[in-house]
Amino acid sequence: MTTKVSTRDGGPATSRPASRRSHGEGPFRYAATGAGIILLGIMAAIAVFLISEAIPALQANKGHFFSELVWDPNGSQVFGIAALAFGTVLSSALALVIATPIAVGVALFISHYAPRRLAGPLGYLIDLLAAVPSVVYGLWGVAFLVPLLKTPSQWLNENLGWFPLFAGEGAIGGKTMIAGSIVLAIMILPIIAAISREVFLQAPKMNEEAALALGATRWEMIRMAVLPFGRPGVISAAMLGLGRAMGETIAVALIFPATFDITFEILTPHANSIAANIANGFGEATPIGRGALIASGLVLFIITLLVNIAARMIINRRKEYARAGA
Amino acid sequence: MTTIQHISTSRRIKDRVVQGLVYLAFALAVVPLVSVLWLVIKNGAARFDLDFLTHSMRNIGARDVGGGAYHAIIGTLEQVLIASLISVPIGLLTAIYLVEYGNGGRLSRAISFFVDVMTGVPSVVAGLFILAFWVLFLGQPFSGFAGALSLSILMMPTVVRSAEEMLRLVPNDLREASYALGVAKWRTIMKVVLPTALTGIITGVMLAVARVAGETAPLLLTVFFTDSINNDPFSGPQMGLPLFVFDQAGRPNATAVDRAWTGALTLILIVMLLNLVARLIARWRSPAKGR
Repeated sequence: MTTKVSTRDGGPATSRPASRRSHGEGPFRYAATGAGIILLGIMAAIAVFLISEAIPALQANKGHFFSELVWDPNGSQVFGIAALAFGTVLSSALALVIATPIAVGVALFISHYAPRRLAGPLGYLIDLLAAVPSVVYGLWGVAFLVPLLKTPSQWLNENLGWFPLFAGEGAIGGKTMIAGSIVLAIMILPIIAAISREVFLQAPKMNEEAALALGATRWEMIRMAVLPFGRPGVISAAMLGLGRAMGETIAVALIFPATFDITFEILTPHANSIAANIANGFGEATPIGRGALIASGLVLFIITLLVNIAARMIINRRKEYARAGA
Repeated sequence: MTTIQHISTSRRIKDRVVQGLVYLAFALAVVPLVSVLWLVIKNGAARFDLDFLTHSMRNIGARDVGGGAYHAIIGTLEQVLIASLISVPIGLLTAIYLVEYGNGGRLSRAISFFVDVMTGVPSVVAGLFILAFWVLFLGQPFSGFAGALSLSILMMPTVVRSAEEMLRLVPNDLREASYALGVAKWRTIMKVVLPTALTGIITGVMLAVARVAGETAPLLLTVFFTDSINNDPFSGPQMGLPLFVFDQAGRPNATAVDRAWTGALTLILIVMLLNLVARLIARWRSPAKGR
């Protein structure tokens, strides 16, 4: 893994007579380097063009972009991100709370519980969840999950209505925040499960066997040897899932009723998110409206970028640590 | 002679409870998959016929039965093909840079890090970027090509990661043998390294294609809608299969929702097929590497 074959310009392993040097070497090397730089350029360009196309709309905004609840860039030109950003954060946080425990369970099942022979195919089954297109989840959510949640939602509201999340008057159930969050949870589950599984499989075998040899039950072994080792990996996997959930668009665009308010009442039909609003609002957007949507997309880009960078830094630190221990 | 003490009841119960929870978690995760597939097949099969696959939505009124997704299927195939033509060379060259030329330098670390970050760019943001850059800034029209550009942004990091992984699996002995024969580095890469890693790279590309083929949000912002067949990805609005599903699902008539389900079935079949073939290629190539 660490042996370096290729040293720059004639290291000991690769030195060859200068006369034998091929004409293609220079261009090929530049093409490879150039492609890498193009990738960096694209990331920079995303930020630059989102900002430059958002500025005219932000200047035309008659409200305050960060605190306004209303989103009406096409008519009165008053729009703000507050309600949308709240919806994005709440729906993804709920999705994360639902998905993470199940995903960790699934990862443990594949890595430590399932019969060896079945572990591969069963893992593939979970990966298939990620292959279902977002729009199909949206369709499924509207046709199946929304009606299914109606009765439990009403029950929760009647019996546990004192709890802020389950509170609410009037219509209960329907196209709610919780329906969208459950769909988001299903969509991010495979990525959290896949990364956690990899980390659990890397847990040092010696520690596991030592724990078992001392008479630990399987659960005690997992708690002592696997979970402490895997914790940073699980945390970063959850953060990657969070980033995924925040950016998820079409499924929630079909499910969320596109309201503009801030409420914790997840059982009432009040829900929206930045991404859903872009998908639903783009069709009838005026030039200012498009600019406003781009501005909201910029906010989404920055939030997901920060979440992803944090997650990657945890993973990368982990990688070095694992390699040092190996 | 000492006898081994039995594990106390409470510890055994705890162990059993956790085992039950772990099995339950797996069952919970499989339920939605089965439910989605079942519903899509049940609702989609009704309209899944030759008529659907060979006709567009042109001149189909709001409440009419009939109509199909031919225009959307054509659009999706063309957009995904163009997106691959853009992202595979760039992604593959980047992977070559990272593995063969980067040497862990500052640039290669930066590229590697941002490739990871780029995998997390929401698809809707990729669409907005092409909207801002291609449509608003350069003044180009909505077209299948614009959609392909946004899809290629989503494909690139996936292609880089999988190709990089495959290139790293190529044994160094092969490279060294080639150098020892006096073969230039770039020819070694082209003639020895790439052919060795080829099947793995193809698998990665197919998985990336399967991922973007189902993307709706970027198309929504760049391709726009049409009910007619448009074979030219470079001019005029096109359609895509995911977009077709989204469009039909948003209409209030039962006939439109039926079409949405059949569109979803077609889309899932395409995506699953790509996935399956990719996995089969990977398995066929490396029977020993199964985990």
